[in-house]
Amino acid sequence: MTKHEVTLHINGEDRTLVIRHADTLLDVLRLQCGLTGAKPGCENGDCGACTVIVNQLPYKSCIMLAIEATGHTIMTIEGLKHSPIQRAFAKCYAFQCGYCTPGFIMNAHAMLLHDTSIDEPTIQEWLESNICRCTSYEEIASAIRMAMSTMNANLPDNSKPNSPST
Amino acid sequence: MIPIDFQYVAAQSVAEAIRQYHQFSTSDMSTRYYSGGTEIITLARLHQLTMDAVIDIKPIPAAQVCSIVEEKLFLGAALTLSQITSHPMMSRAFPLLQVAVNEIADRTARNKITLGGNLCGDIIYREAVLPLLVCDSMVRIAGPNGAKEESIHRIFRRTMQLKPGEFIVQIATDKIYRCAPFFHVKRRKMGKVGYPIVSAAAIRLQDNIHIALSGVCSFPFRSRTMEDWLNQKHLPVHQRIEEAIQIIPPELILNDYEASREYRRFVLRTVLEETLHQLGSA
Amino acid sequence: MTENCSFATDHMEACGHRATHVIGHSVGRKDTQDKVTGHAKYTDDFSDNTMLHAALLTSPHAHARILSQDTARAFAAEGVRAVITGKDYPNKTGSPLADRHVLAIDRVRYAGEPVAIVVADSLAQAEAATKLIDIQYQPLPTIQSPKLSYYSNTPLLHPNLNPYVGDSAEVNPIPGTNIATHVPIRKGNPQAMWAVCDEIVECEVSFPQAHHAAMETHVVIAEVAPNGDIDITTSSQSPYSIPSLMQATFGIHPAKVRVHTPYVGGGFGGKSSPYIEPLAVAAALKVSGRKVKLRCTREQVMTCLPGHIGLEAKVRLGATRDGQFVAAHITYWFDGGAYADRGVIVTRAATQDCTGPYRIHHVHCDGFCMYTNHPPTTAYRGFGHPEQTLVIERAIEKLADKLSINPLELRRLNAIGPGDTTPTQARLTRSSIGDVQGCLVRLKQMLDWNGTATVKEGKTVIAKGIACVWKTSSTPQDASSGAIVRVNDDSTITVLSGVVEIGQGTKTVLAQMVAELFRIDIRHVNVVLEVDTKTHPEHWKTVASRSTLLAGNAVVRAAQDAIRQLKKTASFVLQCEADDIHIAGGYAYCADAHDTRAKIPIGALAKGFTFQDGHTVGEMAIGHGSYTIEHVTKLDPTTGKGVPGPEWTVAAQGVEIEYQKDTYSYRVRRAVSVVDCGKVLHPDLALGQIKGGMNMGLSLASREGYVYDDSGAVTNPQFRVYPIHRYGDHPTYDVAFLETPDLEAPWGLRGIGEHGLIGMPAALANALSNATGMEVNQMPMTPELLWRLQTNKGDGP
Ligand SMILES: Cc1cc2nc3c(=O)[nH]c(=O)nc-3n(C[C@H](O)[C@H](O)[C@H](O)COP(=O)(O)OP(=O)(O)OC[C@H]3O[C@@H](n4cnc5c(N)ncnc54)[C@H](O)[C@@H]3O)c2cc1C
Ligand code: FES
Ligand code: FES
Repeated sequence: MTKHEVTLHINGEDRTLVIRHADTLLDVLRLQCGLTGAKPGCENGDCGACTVIVNQLPYKSCIMLAIEATGHTIMTIEGLKHSPIQRAFAKCYAFQCGYCTPGFIMNAHAMLLHDTSIDEPTIQEWLESNICRCTSYEEIASAIRMAMSTMNANLPDNSKPNSPST
Repeated sequence: MIPIDFQYVAAQSVAEAIRQYHQFSTSDMSTRYYSGGTEIITLARLHQLTMDAVIDIKPIPAAQVCSIVEEKLFLGAALTLSQITSHPMMSRAFPLLQVAVNEIADRTARNKITLGGNLCGDIIYREAVLPLLVCDSMVRIAGPNGAKEESIHRIFRRTMQLKPGEFIVQIATDKIYRCAPFFHVKRRKMGKVGYPIVSAAAIRLQDNIHIALSGVCSFPFRSRTMEDWLNQKHLPVHQRIEEAIQIIPPELILNDYEASREYRRFVLRTVLEETLHQLGSA
Repeated sequence: MTENCSFATDHMEACGHRATHVIGHSVGRKDTQDKVTGHAKYTDDFSDNTMLHAALLTSPHAHARILSQDTARAFAAEGVRAVITGKDYPNKTGSPLADRHVLAIDRVRYAGEPVAIVVADSLAQAEAATKLIDIQYQPLPTIQSPKLSYYSNTPLLHPNLNPYVGDSAEVNPIPGTNIATHVPIRKGNPQAMWAVCDEIVECEVSFPQAHHAAMETHVVIAEVAPNGDIDITTSSQSPYSIPSLMQATFGIHPAKVRVHTPYVGGGFGGKSSPYIEPLAVAAALKVSGRKVKLRCTREQVMTCLPGHIGLEAKVRLGATRDGQFVAAHITYWFDGGAYADRGVIVTRAATQDCTGPYRIHHVHCDGFCMYTNHPPTTAYRGFGHPEQTLVIERAIEKLADKLSINPLELRRLNAIGPGDTTPTQARLTRSSIGDVQGCLVRLKQMLDWNGTATVKEGKTVIAKGIACVWKTSSTPQDASSGAIVRVNDDSTITVLSGVVEIGQGTKTVLAQMVAELFRIDIRHVNVVLEVDTKTHPEHWKTVASRSTLLAGNAVVRAAQDAIRQLKKTASFVLQCEADDIHIAGGYAYCADAHDTRAKIPIGALAKGFTFQDGHTVGEMAIGHGSYTIEHVTKLDPTTGKGVPGPEWTVAAQGVEIEYQKDTYSYRVRRAVSVVDCGKVLHPDLALGQIKGGMNMGLSLASREGYVYDDSGAVTNPQFRVYPIHRYGDHPTYDVAFLETPDLEAPWGLRGIGEHGLIGMPAALANALSNATGMEVNQMPMTPELLWRLQTNKGDGP
């Protein structure tokens, strides 16, 4: 099996790796970079457990080749520290087994990068890309609202943050 | 984990893509154009697709255009479905396409799935083709023998009829179609993400309904005979719909995990009713 | 809400009337940081570049004879280290009945059955080589319906059932038939009572098998050391059951098997039977000295691994005019699939609780777990009870309709309580059963139940449906748990327990118990989250909502033991009676001491106490505790008489739906649960368990289920075509708790891990039946099902 050297820009670092062209980004992150936060749940683009952020947009890393990501900015859950959405997931018990959590957090984080005052249908449109079998989704909904209000509270022109409902 | 090995190259221009294709073919390598890659990756993982090389057409500027020239909307084949739905121009330029592709897959997947990939895929739904079928879009194709523009109806018969080495660069659609009154509906087994039991895209043009369907058969289609029946306004709606459905050979109606054949027929009936109603033809 | 609490003496300390400061409070979770940062490690997250990878080849046929197998090309492929087929391991495996080969030998009985394993340097190489294995099959006739399988026994799937080794207490296969197990319940004499009934209803209920959909697929890493020791890392709910299975399957001494379980990405019962562990070990034995990883794809989990059991059932229920239930006759034909696995125990669990939480004196029930050419089945959240509940609750709803009695009142009238007996004639006590009536009263309030279940507004119908739930565990009589509580030098405490952290938060609750007993902040209690069967005391299995009872009792005892030891050492130091020593806030002090200098940090007592002159008293404080389930007896093989579990958690649940008559579509607007959980130990975790269960139950009931092809192969083994609830599909969830203590359990707690799910299918079926006026007795309750019921009704006479 033929391998090639590529450089990926992940979580602020350049990583030079030897990969097959047919390797998915998910496999390269997990097996070669030791970044196991992105999870395989279906490897078919269906569950969102493998979601990472590339150039500010969420992608399912199981349906992207690693080589496609060269030259782009990749962020995995390991590169996300002390974000409002992580704190909100913690506070709202928005996870149980935690397997879907990195994917949900990355997707939600990307969503909040785009806009911090979004309506429920838009939240649903983004988040229905991910599956969680453990929680009731209400906890995740609360976490999104909490993260949104803390982010808005830090903006100068913001109105009052509403409290989470869990 | 993709069990097969293939070579990946990214083409920066149409010419380079064609050249690469030629090069691979002369070395006897089976080659595919690669756009979003979502179908290539998922089918390759399941051993349902093999190739020796892929040529990524996303970097090609011509495949990324989204612009209107002389009332024609040009859409690059490598635009992602998210780019199409979120482009500020689209809600006026081609609202039917916007709503139709917004129902394909889910938001994150749409960041990767491309218009061209959806049209050319093996997966039977190819829902992005529906708006193009009802709008008589033109398909701009590049290939070893140069560029050409063909009507979607010539080039899409159940599947895209491309010759070896050809790929879709752009889709062009005229204003009178894309700005016509439209209706789109997608009925799934359950929930808001998933393949269709029936999805329909329709426009009303000069009092006539154009309609194309996915999910009903193992290929998307637009049938003039069906439309003829639907447009027989002197007949009661119920009869127009029944006659239109009769056009489809029963054994071609899918019978699978999404829905039984009989139920699909029922859903199709309700979809047609709703379409006629919404487009003021009932 | 809280009942008076009089606990057994050895729990006095644990469960006195004193206000609790940690128990009963939402104190976060011990795994939070790991899980929101991506740092939490699950089995597949462990890898190194010396590891080999295994790929599984499974049968495409639902039933076929294997004519030939040629592995030469696969073995010659790049990177391949071993190719294993059935002939390499002639032994049978499976628990409780060893009815399958590790890899099929001469016959496959379901599409998805493992037939070969390839081990290679990389997973891609292993995967690629599976396609080079040439297997010739001769397809055989198949059987798909469990009821047909019962009546026809053709094809006979296990003609040599006789010699299969099984645990006779757990499984009762009938040679010469397709019956993998038969569980009879004979209580009273329904036959004689039908005449007394003023109203009798009958229903048939059915649903196909389904998928657990734990987001982590099954993964095992196995390594055989030169001395024959086997080291296994696995995403399992039952790590402690693996060593003995390895003995039964490969003749490996259990003491040579060590099992690690890190975080597990959801289980829901699907990881309770060790199904792929024997496959991974089979592979590892061929390349000994090398680690081998076997990870199932989603498609494999859905076709090859045991799923949720399917069912065809018939129920007959009779009552007097005033609504008293008199007699019930129930038959279950469970679709257990091609091999028995845990499906046979699920069958027993459903059968033993077949009536639901109702007082019925005359009960005749037969539970059959049938062999079919479908994938095998195992535990699924609720373990036989969502299934049992759907069957009886549909009959009750129909009865209420016939008798014109308010369905909620009918349930209240017949609610089981202390002094009544269950179908297995177990007599209930105030402690062993929760408050069914109380749950219903509360449900009535929360659901704004006013007696009528439907309101029509044009094409829209708003309808409600309710169901009552009970569940006991089907634990073996010796189900046990052990715990160790260590006192550290810095006055923190470390807890070791064999419970697997699959998301339910039990380890946090165990830490709470220790914090409560030591009267310290929960932050000072560490709980080891992974499990290692060599170093952690055994915990039976992380299933059956039993972990908090078993492990909780063990941890309470271990903590009390450690405290006793600390007190003893402290009594030497402080020169007072051990009984007068208090342990709180990380200190030991004498009860009447006002002198703060006399407070000794418990860390200073951890290894005995050393005075300034170096003189040491006392010994190292290590608390140990264990608990074995009590009062559970075997069921009598002919009448079913016996005590299947220690206590029954009860609940009342309801849903409100919005149904569109023209499209047969509907939306669940809200779902309500009232659960008698004995004691709420951690409100947010309890809520999460119940709501998560409700969500899973509504998803299962409304949209999930395998669709088979003509031969019995699953045609929808991907989330793309197997819809499950996504964000936004969920309704509003309302949950309330009652607290009727179980006197055997720490702080009176009752298991709640499954109960949120159990009543959801029945409540939804009742709501849809009320909305449509049809009998909705099947899952999944898709618009297509409702359309078909209506069409069939229209076509009927
Ligand atoms: C989660 C998920 C859900 C989905 N749900 C739906 C759905 O509801 N409805 C639906 O219709 N589909 C659905 N799909 C299928 C999806 O449509 C295909 O995966 C996708 O359309 C392929 O697009 P792509 O850009 O990734 O194509 P690729 O994978 O890059 O290519 C697909 C095929 O088209 C060829 N090709 C690509 N671009 C061109 C071109 N410009 N010219 C010529 N040939 C080309 C390739 O060679 C390949 O054979 C879903 C997919 C996913 C991952
Ligand atoms: S693993 Fe990528 S979407 Fe499921
Ligand atoms: S927390 Fe387990 S799947 Fe979401």
